[in-house]
Amino acid sequence: MARPIIDIRDLSIGFTGRTGKTLPVLRNVDLTVRRGESIGIVGESGSGKSTLALASMGFLKQGLRVIGGSVCFNGEDMFARKRSELEAIRGGQLGLIPQNSGQSLTPTMRIGAQMAEALELHCTLGKDAYHARIIDLLGQVRLPDPEAIFIRYPHELSGGQQQRVAIAMALAGEPDALLLDEPTTGLDVTTQAHILELLRDLARDRNMAMIYVSHDLGVIARVCERVMVMYAGEAVLQGPTAEVLKDPAHPYARGLLASIPRLCDTHLPVALDGRPPPPGGGGAGCAFAARCALVVDQCQAERPALMGAGNGSQARCFRHADAHTLAAGGTGADPLHHRSDGQPALSLDDVSISYASHGFLDRLFGGAAKDIPTVDDISITVASGETLGLVGESGSGKSTILKAVAGLLPPAGGQIAVGEGNALPTMVEQRRPQQLRRIQMIFQNPDDSLNPRHTVAEILAQPLRLYDGLSGQALTERSVEILETVRLGAHYMDRLPGQLSGGEKQRVAIARAFAAEPEIVLCDEITSALDVSVQAAMLELLNDFKKMKDTTYVFVSHDLAVVRALSDRVAVLYQGRLCEIGPTEKVYGNQSHPYTSVLLNAVLEPDPDVAPTLMAEDVVELSPPSTGCPFQRRCTRKQGVTCENETPPWRETGGGHAIRCHIPLEDLGGD
Amino acid sequence: MLRMLVRRLFLGFATVWIVSVIIFAGVEALPGDACTAFLERDAQGKLLENCRNDLGLNKPAVTRYLDWASGAVRGDFGVSPDGQKSIASLVGDRVKNSFLLAAGALAVGVPLAIFLGVITGLWRDKWVDILFSTGAIFAMTIPEFVSATVLILIFAIWLDWVPAIVLTPADAPALDFFPEFILASVVLTMVMIAHIMRMVRSSVIEVMASDYVQMAMLKGVPYWRIVFRHALPNALLPAINVVALTVAWLLGGVVVVEVVFNYPGLGRTMIDAISDRDLPVVQALAMIVAATYVGVNLIADMLTILLNPRLRTLSQRRK
Repeated sequence: MARPIIDIRDLSIGFTGRTGKTLPVLRNVDLTVRRGESIGIVGESGSGKSTLALASMGFLKQGLRVIGGSVCFNGEDMFARKRSELEAIRGGQLGLIPQNSGQSLTPTMRIGAQMAEALELHCTLGKDAYHARIIDLLGQVRLPDPEAIFIRYPHELSGGQQQRVAIAMALAGEPDALLLDEPTTGLDVTTQAHILELLRDLARDRNMAMIYVSHDLGVIARVCERVMVMYAGEAVLQGPTAEVLKDPAHPYARGLLASIPRLCDTHLPVALDGRPPPPGGGGAGCAFAARCALVVDQCQAERPALMGAGNGSQARCFRHADAHTLAAGGTGADPLHHRSDGQPALSLDDVSISYASHGFLDRLFGGAAKDIPTVDDISITVASGETLGLVGESGSGKSTILKAVAGLLPPAGGQIAVGEGNALPTMVEQRRPQQLRRIQMIFQNPDDSLNPRHTVAEILAQPLRLYDGLSGQALTERSVEILETVRLGAHYMDRLPGQLSGGEKQRVAIARAFAAEPEIVLCDEITSALDVSVQAAMLELLNDFKKMKDTTYVFVSHDLAVVRALSDRVAVLYQGRLCEIGPTEKVYGNQSHPYTSVLLNAVLEPDPDVAPTLMAEDVVELSPPSTGCPFQRRCTRKQGVTCENETPPWRETGGGHAIRCHIPLEDLGGD
Repeated sequence: MLRMLVRRLFLGFATVWIVSVIIFAGVEALPGDACTAFLERDAQGKLLENCRNDLGLNKPAVTRYLDWASGAVRGDFGVSPDGQKSIASLVGDRVKNSFLLAAGALAVGVPLAIFLGVITGLWRDKWVDILFSTGAIFAMTIPEFVSATVLILIFAIWLDWVPAIVLTPADAPALDFFPEFILASVVLTMVMIAHIMRMVRSSVIEVMASDYVQMAMLKGVPYWRIVFRHALPNALLPAINVVALTVAWLLGGVVVVEVVFNYPGLGRTMIDAISDRDLPVVQALAMIVAATYVGVNLIADMLTILLNPRLRTLSQRRK
């Protein structure tokens, strides 16, 4: 067997804590990768997976240091090398594709210049050959019009294009091994699927080794042959992808799998209770013992070593043989589904929203040309107690619609009404407290939506004071009561958001929304900033509130499986226009709008045997076409000029399911 | 870009115009006028009447504003009440002198501040950083008159390298102020350096911790190349506006330093004009200072847009 290209042995990395003790973030990790192999590293935030990936480049984030072990690249220790030697390897034989390319490209340098720098440092070409080589590389990652990309700045590209540029830049050094640190997190499903296919092809063509770090098991299933699951800085399970993802031999991996919502499963995902120990806080035994269903005395007393668990996998678990008895999905609670024929709770009537603002001077100088609205022609009625899912790629206007309902953006036209046709004033400051209380919003990122200087008590007190006029003892009692409904206790009252974990913060945000006793709750990607296990807990919580309070939800997410788990009805948006709307099982069924099919087919399941089907090209559109169907430019089933000139008709399939397309229903599938 | 420039110019002119109305109205609201100030105790009866007729002070306020404003646009601020000197030429010399002083302070101060900001940012919490950061705070907190006096004591009296104060008349050519204005420039440099340096320092620290600098490291880019090509172009952008404010502050006249060194600049002229109730001069100076602030900030904004590709695209998209 060939010598491993990356050979990590017994690596421990840590930092010095406030008490002066060394706290490990990585403990005794072994990892070997050979040419042509691709290995996935899976884990939740804080599990040490990124630290491990960066350490294999000989790089440590500030404050971290190596406690023990070694990292060898091509047989030589990376941490023993001189800076100049490291500089020659990094970006050359060893390439990195970072998590957030948007922030990883230097904003003041043109794409061409940044690529040229990589070439200059790591290849032997003459300067005059750079241009041709860069165009060639940009073409390889299937960027349209490489000459145009060459002279652009990073911010002028879309997220998917930036990611491709980052891949092209990593390839410039003709690497033997590629490290990928969550390279598709934050991208649309369609873009993600295209980029993964590209990476698979490249790795095969160049016989590269790949280390792929991700929290998304679906991505790992698609790209990697072997998987290593990390928990609290340790490798807890490793083995062939099929083995690890289908029937993992470690309780944590099974819990992780069970917490992932899937398209084919109508149950709610099951949350993992508890949270990982902080660095250095694991005690003497197994780090997962506190959350494990199979825990025995031995687990508390002694740290398990990695042991063979059959079928080529190794698990750090004394009870790996019994782990197979634990469920790994499909056992969650049934989500509560409501009929959609109840009293209307929220109705949007022909709403259009335009972002182009006309400033004072524009009006003075004669105004800008009339533009096409960002969101147009939205008519939806949400019944009381119903959950409406809004799905679409980024830029499809999902969040824009929520903001208009919440009164944060003025609609350019149409009407938004609550209850039985009570039209709402457009802006939030014109709404009366009783109107405000009826609609509450939960935001994507609790770090941004909770005031970091307010304690949990102060955060919860605001809606209670405003809407209920509570104060003193009554206020405190009610706050505690609400905290308990989101499964946080009274001892959280004095904490600041900075002292809470991501999931706890989002619970506080949910508690704040429900403190107002709203009829309608708007959820804007509320789980996308959270780990999967925490996400599952949030979905359970929303479902519980639905049971208790009969709340109406409008649930926005780019994750189709999450929407499926919770929604009664789903509306599909493209470029701010509705494409399809109907009961969840119908929209996710076979008869659907071409765009819905594209979205559904691009979803990655945590199952190595299921491959996505890619249909449309990944073209990024900045604005919708002025006439005809919004999807015309990407549609693989375009019907000639009709689609360009005429707005497609709504075609009813029955049961409240409607598709807006020129193609007749019988040709849209339905077998 | 051009449209943006036109917009900003228009707004700049609007600002200056509003300032001119406020200044004129403010002077109007004061009791008395140029004639009462000039004639002092004789300001009564026929004499006052004649003076007002001569200077056109009997006309309605709007007409006088229009006369004054149209003159100011051409650079003609009228003549002093005794009818002897043109205000424009008197003020013009002071403007030139203030420019000279500011240029001296800026030519040394800005590059030095940026240099110190960069090195303190790169070696954060190392001895270089501690030394210069503390030094800068120290220089900023000492009042100008104290540092000026100490510098005079050391360099003019003990060492006798440069003259202690300026004796050259206000209307002398710029070169005659050399080497007299050096000490004044040094004092101003000390005051301004800390602002710019601290701004640059925090900006360098932020940029060096950014994802793109980390990416550049992991791309194998050598350290100093990262600093110069990836970090500094981004880190120095926010400094442009701080530099602009400093420039405007310097050009607007620095009263204390001018008084200590007997330097005939704008600030001292302003104070003199106010205490002499020389209202046309006050108006003229206020207009010049306002226009300077607007102009310098306009240039800074345009530079920022020009150097920051993100803003450049934004301004193009708004077309």
